Amino acid sequence: MAELIAKGPFDGQEPVSAGGAVLAPLALGPIWSLALFPGQAKAAEQALKPLDLGFPAPGQWLQGKAGARLVWTGRDQAFLIGAEPLEALAGLAAITDQSDGWAALALKCSAAEAVLARLVPVDLRAQAFPPGRAIRAGLNHMPAVILRVESGFEILTFRSMARTAWHELAEVQAHLAARAALTV
Amino acid sequence: MRIDGKGLIDRSKPLRFRFDGREYAGFKGDTLASALLANDVRLVGRSFKYHRPRGILTAGSEEPNALVEIHGPTNQTPNVRATVQEVFDGLEARSQNRLGSLRYDLLAVNDLLAPFFSAGFYYKTFMWPRAFWERLYEPMIRRAAGLGRLSGKHDEGAYEKAYAFCDLLVIGGGPAGLMAALTAARAGADVILAEETPALGGRLLADGGTIGGQPAADWLAAVQAELAALPNVRVMTRTTVTGAYDGGTYGALERVGLHRKGRPNLPRECFWRIVAGRAILAAGALERPIAFPMNDRPGIMMAGAVRTYLNRYGVSPGKRVTIFANTDSARGLVRDLTAAGVTVAAIIDPRPEASALEDCPVHRGAVVSGTRGRHGLHEITVRQADGAEIKVETDCLAMSGGWNPAVHLTCHMGGRPRWSEDLAAFVPSEGAVPGLVAVGAANGTMSTHGALSSGRTAAEAVLQALGRRADAAPLPEAEDAPYAVRALWAVDGKGRAWLDFGNDVTTKDVRLAAQENYSSVEHMKRYTTQGMAPDQGKTSNVSALAVLADATGRGIPETGTTTFRPPYVPVSIAAMGAGGRGAGFAPQRFLTSDQASRDRHAPMIEAGLWYRPSYFPKPGETTWKEACDREVTMVRNAVGVADVSTLGKIDIQGRDAARFLDLVYTNTFSTLPVGRVRYGLMLREDGHVFDDGTTARLGETHYVMTTTTAAAGPVMRHLDFIHQAFCAGWDLRFISVTESWAQFAVAGPKARALLDSILDAPLGDFPFMSVAPATVGGVAARLFRISFSGEEGYEIAVPARYGEALFRDLLARAETMGGGPYGMEALNVLRIEKGFITHAEIHGRVTAFDIGMAKMVSAKKDCIGKAAAQRPGLLGPEREQLVGLKSDQPIAAGAHLFKPGFAAERENDEGYVTSVCWSPTLGAWLGLAFLKDGRARHGQHVRLVDHLRGIDTLCTVEDPVFLDPDGGRMRG
Repeated sequence: MAELIAKGPFDGQEPVSAGGAVLAPLALGPIWSLALFPGQAKAAEQALKPLDLGFPAPGQWLQGKAGARLVWTGRDQAFLIGAEPLEALAGLAAITDQSDGWAALALKCSAAEAVLARLVPVDLRAQAFPPGRAIRAGLNHMPAVILRVESGFEILTFRSMARTAWHELAEVQAHLAARAALTV
Repeated sequence: MRIDGKGLIDRSKPLRFRFDGREYAGFKGDTLASALLANDVRLVGRSFKYHRPRGILTAGSEEPNALVEIHGPTNQTPNVRATVQEVFDGLEARSQNRLGSLRYDLLAVNDLLAPFFSAGFYYKTFMWPRAFWERLYEPMIRRAAGLGRLSGKHDEGAYEKAYAFCDLLVIGGGPAGLMAALTAARAGADVILAEETPALGGRLLADGGTIGGQPAADWLAAVQAELAALPNVRVMTRTTVTGAYDGGTYGALERVGLHRKGRPNLPRECFWRIVAGRAILAAGALERPIAFPMNDRPGIMMAGAVRTYLNRYGVSPGKRVTIFANTDSARGLVRDLTAAGVTVAAIIDPRPEASALEDCPVHRGAVVSGTRGRHGLHEITVRQADGAEIKVETDCLAMSGGWNPAVHLTCHMGGRPRWSEDLAAFVPSEGAVPGLVAVGAANGTMSTHGALSSGRTAAEAVLQALGRRADAAPLPEAEDAPYAVRALWAVDGKGRAWLDFGNDVTTKDVRLAAQENYSSVEHMKRYTTQGMAPDQGKTSNVSALAVLADATGRGIPETGTTTFRPPYVPVSIAAMGAGGRGAGFAPQRFLTSDQASRDRHAPMIEAGLWYRPSYFPKPGETTWKEACDREVTMVRNAVGVADVSTLGKIDIQGRDAARFLDLVYTNTFSTLPVGRVRYGLMLREDGHVFDDGTTARLGETHYVMTTTTAAAGPVMRHLDFIHQAFCAGWDLRFISVTESWAQFAVAGPKARALLDSILDAPLGDFPFMSVAPATVGGVAARLFRISFSGEEGYEIAVPARYGEALFRDLLARAETMGGGPYGMEALNVLRIEKGFITHAEIHGRVTAFDIGMAKMVSAKKDCIGKAAAQRPGLLGPEREQLVGLKSDQPIAAGAHLFKPGFAAERENDEGYVTSVCWSPTLGAWLGLAFLKDGRARHGQHVRLVDHLRGIDTLCTVEDPVFLDPDGGRMRG
């Protein structure tokens, strides 16, 4: 019998610490798209209760029980991250496995905002985009889902674009490091 | 010459730099201009048209004359303003627009011919013969009139672009801007302060004075310290705001690393897009020259610039300075020069009522009517109030015709400035850019006190709008002298009087334009080229239109200004397109099998953003065709494996999913049984073919659609549009799963045997066009029985994390069975042999009728594009229809088709070839083509002509399905 070896989008990639930010691959666990069918919002809220989750408002992500998170990703759509979908949701939402479609990164430390300011044309200042906020926006020319967490940002982009995403973020870090080395 | 003890340069840090190959000394804090002046280098460039010797005119970004090339190890930047470029150790600058040396420029002959080179000269002269326009005249004129040179190489430097957001953007770090930023920042607003030069202070750095009873420098240091300590302020020096755009967006160019030797990864420039709730324009004012005869010699400078060089850089541009000014503002310079020990030879003030109380001769009511000195000024002629002329020996003439508020940004959204008779200048119109207010000298308030108070007032208004309370801090006391000016635009006399130094436009040119009826200011600009040089006429626009107003007998307000457009200063394309060069142009998408293919030395080709293996060369194979032929034969006789994950995959769920597919596809999907797959054709709303692919029914309310690689994105967008526009309330949801699955085609007579060897359970009964769940080593997979090769074909999909492992495993097993991987070339041959279409055929101009699929448009239901596909002209024998072509000679895609015996000309064109291949299976060249009434012409001959490749051959027209027309091999 064949045995298939699993490989993540950033396998073997060491974190990059430069320019006041740390870029690291992130293992998020399962990612499920929950797309509410018309008229099922209330029933879905009820069904999500065991995870201590509601359905997030636009631009929001919620922390539930046991590492489960629900991230707004579009109209009537959210990604359930870090948990398997509850059976009670069947028929209330289109449930689609997205676990392998996304490459996830963590961007932390003081310059994380400055790094993203070079790739994301959206106001990500702490006052406009505090922890608990999520947005779908372009990461330079790549589609992305960006979450603000206490330690910085979590970034999801297409798995096939993982290499470009890593390269561009690391390049910005290198630019920021060179800037920081200027004395005047 | 350098003046001891003066200036804000760091004398503890001496630097060496080169100009035109000669080494000079400077200090940290110098600009190239100040360092050259300190070394008594007055001649720095040649003028654009006449190649006149030119020196430094200003001390800022408005400089029209002193443009140089900067040469670095990996870069060569032309047209750099010496007044902006900071000196660093090892800086290499060269003068430009010269033939031979700067001092003995051979093209200076143009100056002798100047009488012929007036406005419109080119339009009038280089008219005949017409054939000379491009081949002779243009290259000749370009060689003679020009700017700096490019290296012709890629710019390998790092560049950056960035976004910023703030409550308040303050543009300009002089007293007005500082006061505005401080007021807003103290109240907690998020402030960005953008300052063009390396240091805050604006005119305070040049003019000194006192603020709040202390030297301006001390006040400045205190403000700077306070701003630096506030977390809500971002001070951006070396940053010029270049444009005002919709929605409070401003463009800004930051010179990040241009002031020092290049370093790896250090951006040279950063182009910022700043979105600001409000903006305060405190960009100051630009001093304007006076157009007196021969006013362009090196040594003739703006008075404000001379003061800047003296006080900010500790340099006197001359030993015997004369002043020609119609404002009191230049009198401060006289006192500063005298105090520094520099001789002031004379003050020429055209105002009869001006003060004569100075320690030097003051000629009131007088003008400068002539100058001498080829490579540098050494004498001026002063025409006194009584008309008598005297000569004054001088090596530096500091002139001032008054100050023009920097209204540029306020005009970027279509606003026009307002003429102020008191200031003899244009001032910003209120509200010209929503959310932006001009203060200080930019708004015509010329005193330091006025700058401070207007800056504070504007900031308070912003705070009120933001709902924040301003602290009632006292306004520091400062100089509040009235600004007295009497307009003086031009002085008549013998010799040319320049208005636009950048493009060599004189008062005579402007008058000639008016005389030849180019009397609108916009026409005058284009006829004379005034204001069209790299400086965009910053020092010349107002004076030129004043001369035009005089020549046409209209007032200045009626004459109006030309249009101010972004950018305010030149912006390098490299900065605007930062990161987008080469591979940075678009993201690269890699398959899970990418490394496995590269390990086998497969050349990768780009398919959209994806990289796909072209073919898999074996030892001994020297051409792609050898590998391709082998791979095709391998699939036809054994088994081949190809990564097809790039095809778009869309997961569709809901009670209305079937109904939705019936609407978007021409054929019916609601009747498709669960566990079955169907080929579907999709039309655009205009009735032309949009895309094709297979869709599988996984459950009663669950489908997975496949799109072509090229149309994966567009189909998703199309479905979203249809869902939102036509059936928003339907019980329907869909999402892309393209990235989630790695999918591999397994095709050939041994495909089933290969799959049986790897699947956890054997296939069993699994007819053509089926779908079923399967497992591989316990991993849940999806198995489809579909074929794009004409062989018994399967596609197996696993979650992307297992893609590489499955691909490598499939290849190893296939090779054991006499098979192996096949690439895009073989895939293409296999599908042409079977007459399967790709976007080479469904290229956007063909209908279902054209490709022989009219019957796939269901008569029993409506679908997107159905009605439009029935329009006249889209059906019938006049249409070019899909056919197959066979030939024993090489043929090429892109060739056109003609009746045999007819000339290969456009009028006889009967169609074109979309895809061709050499078929190792059939031993012939095969093509797919669109031929007029083609389906009725099977068996006939056509002439195939490719003018580009020199192909002219006869082909047989056939059914496009060359191989196995009844599909016996595919159904197995």
